[in-house]
Amino acid sequence: MDLTIGPNAFLWETDVVRGFYRDLAATPAARVVIGEWVCSKRLPLWQAAILDAVEALLAAGKEVAISSLALVTLPMERQMTRDLFDMGLPVEIADLTALESLPQGHPFWVAPVVNVYNEGTLDWLARKGATRICLPPELPLSSVAVLARAGRERGVAVEVWGHGKAPLAISARCYHARLHDRPKNACMFVCGEDPHGRAVETLEGDGFLTVNGVQTMGFAVTTAARQIAALREAGVSALRLSPQPGDFAALVGAWDSALAGGGDGLLDELRRIMPEDAFADGFLDGKPGMAAAG
Amino acid sequence: MMELVCPAGTPAALRTAVEAGAHAVYCGFADETNARNFPGLNFSRAEMAEGVAHAHARGAKVLVAINTFPRAGDADLWHRAIDDAAGAGADAVILADMGLLDYARRAQPQLRRHLSVQAAASNADAINFYAREFGVKRVVLPRVLTVAEIDEINREITVETEAFVFGGLCVMAEGRCSLSSWTTGLSPNMNGVCSPASHVSYETTPEGQDARLGGVLIHRTPAGGPAPYPTICKGAFTSPDGAGGRQTGHIFEDPVSLDATFLIPMLQKAGVRALKIEGRQRSRAYVAQVVRTFRAAVEAADRGAEMPVGALAKLTEGQASTTGSYAKIWR
Repeated sequence: MDLTIGPNAFLWETDVVRGFYRDLAATPAARVVIGEWVCSKRLPLWQAAILDAVEALLAAGKEVAISSLALVTLPMERQMTRDLFDMGLPVEIADLTALESLPQGHPFWVAPVVNVYNEGTLDWLARKGATRICLPPELPLSSVAVLARAGRERGVAVEVWGHGKAPLAISARCYHARLHDRPKNACMFVCGEDPHGRAVETLEGDGFLTVNGVQTMGFAVTTAARQIAALREAGVSALRLSPQPGDFAALVGAWDSALAGGGDGLLDELRRIMPEDAFADGFLDGKPGMAAAG
Repeated sequence: MMELVCPAGTPAALRTAVEAGAHAVYCGFADETNARNFPGLNFSRAEMAEGVAHAHARGAKVLVAINTFPRAGDADLWHRAIDDAAGAGADAVILADMGLLDYARRAQPQLRRHLSVQAAASNADAINFYAREFGVKRVVLPRVLTVAEIDEINREITVETEAFVFGGLCVMAEGRCSLSSWTTGLSPNMNGVCSPASHVSYETTPEGQDARLGGVLIHRTPAGGPAPYPTICKGAFTSPDGAGGRQTGHIFEDPVSLDATFLIPMLQKAGVRALKIEGRQRSRAYVAQVVRTFRAAVEAADRGAEMPVGALAKLTEGQASTTGSYAKIWR
């Protein structure tokens, strides 16, 4: 098993993005997916950083793919999706819309927000040319094992959500703008004020969800830290770590060491590196996803 | 005239909907293959065949929803549902999963395929892709689009579109939401249930009436008031702004339901072929009244007459209604 770094879900300042990918190039991650997948309005704010980041990552020997948008409704968003294939990189599709403009033979990866729940779908995507699929975070280990085997038989690398606030839903409505009593088309990019999303708590004060623009995520970070051995035994090819603020390079390092060893003590190490985060790991066990890790 | 597609949770509801004027009914088998996998609902194989015969004898169609995502290693149950829908004489199957669409195209090529709202095909490119790859003839539109966008989409596609006009309202893109499994371990995609009743509890406390899902407080209403069902996306929560302030309330959506009655003429003009009413879990009395009202509305739209606005207000149980994403301001 090795490590894939997913596309950043949050809106960060361009300089922060540049620094993030510069640091990431020096980590042991095998591959990186980059691009705007949550909100098309954000892309112009940080796209200047993408090409430099791609260059640095390729120079450091990483595989790099570019992500498509998860929810495509506007004409401009359809055009953005078509243009991705001109970048000369594999495209990670976050919605089937992208396949409508897939050039013959262009390799593509499949994001965890595409519904791959069974071998029939995996098989169909493999025939279309998918070479790598990150499974939806809500899948239990029993399904992961079946899909990892199917992937091996068909030459498709199967990835599992390893670390990060899990993407739980996407909407036409922007909850960040709504929290600020602004319409979506005059949002003033308020999501940028919350680099790890904005917490949604129950009326009893318990962390429950995270609002990230049009996306809703878990409040706790979903982690596979305790399930590394089971995932390896299932034949999973890579774990996906999702960018977040804090010392992300240290986080990647901790995961890399855990993959090299047995993974014992990783959760404690993660708590030390990201002291503000809560951790959950119910999904892989077939329990509520928010079930606390450890 | 636009086709009116009505919910049939049971054989009795199917007969009621057909009698009340449904052009088509949609229903599912009594298992995990459909997204209303609730106790006491849905059809056995024999009931499906009888239901189809009953509807066909009265000029109505039957669409079979097989709109969950098959469990890995266990697709036989879903494949059998497609084969049995064909065997029962269904007019179409409503599918969301790519593997299942691929199976239906190969195994039952003569059986008409509709793309479920759970596939969330939200633009003309995605719809054209599904139409070409899987021979889909109709797409149920996700509730993320405005009427103007639907109009644009219909200019760029050749297949039919179907739009929800009444009933429960998903706030998130359908088929792309794991809020329920985050909280309960059970999801629409995997289990055919959202915020399942098996995980709901109500409790009266000095603070009021609490409604919980999987132990998580979703609503707290004053004692004696109505306690809304704890659907996560319609819950009341609180969000700290990081600067000492916080917003408290229905952060995603109020406990509202969809009523797009007055938009029917615009949807017709936008080229929408069929209108869908949500509610396979609803009573026969509810189905009868909603179907009768919407049949009259569809006929009125066809004549260019006024819509019977607010005719169904009492059926929304005192709840507010919304036109959801159909109006751009909702976003």
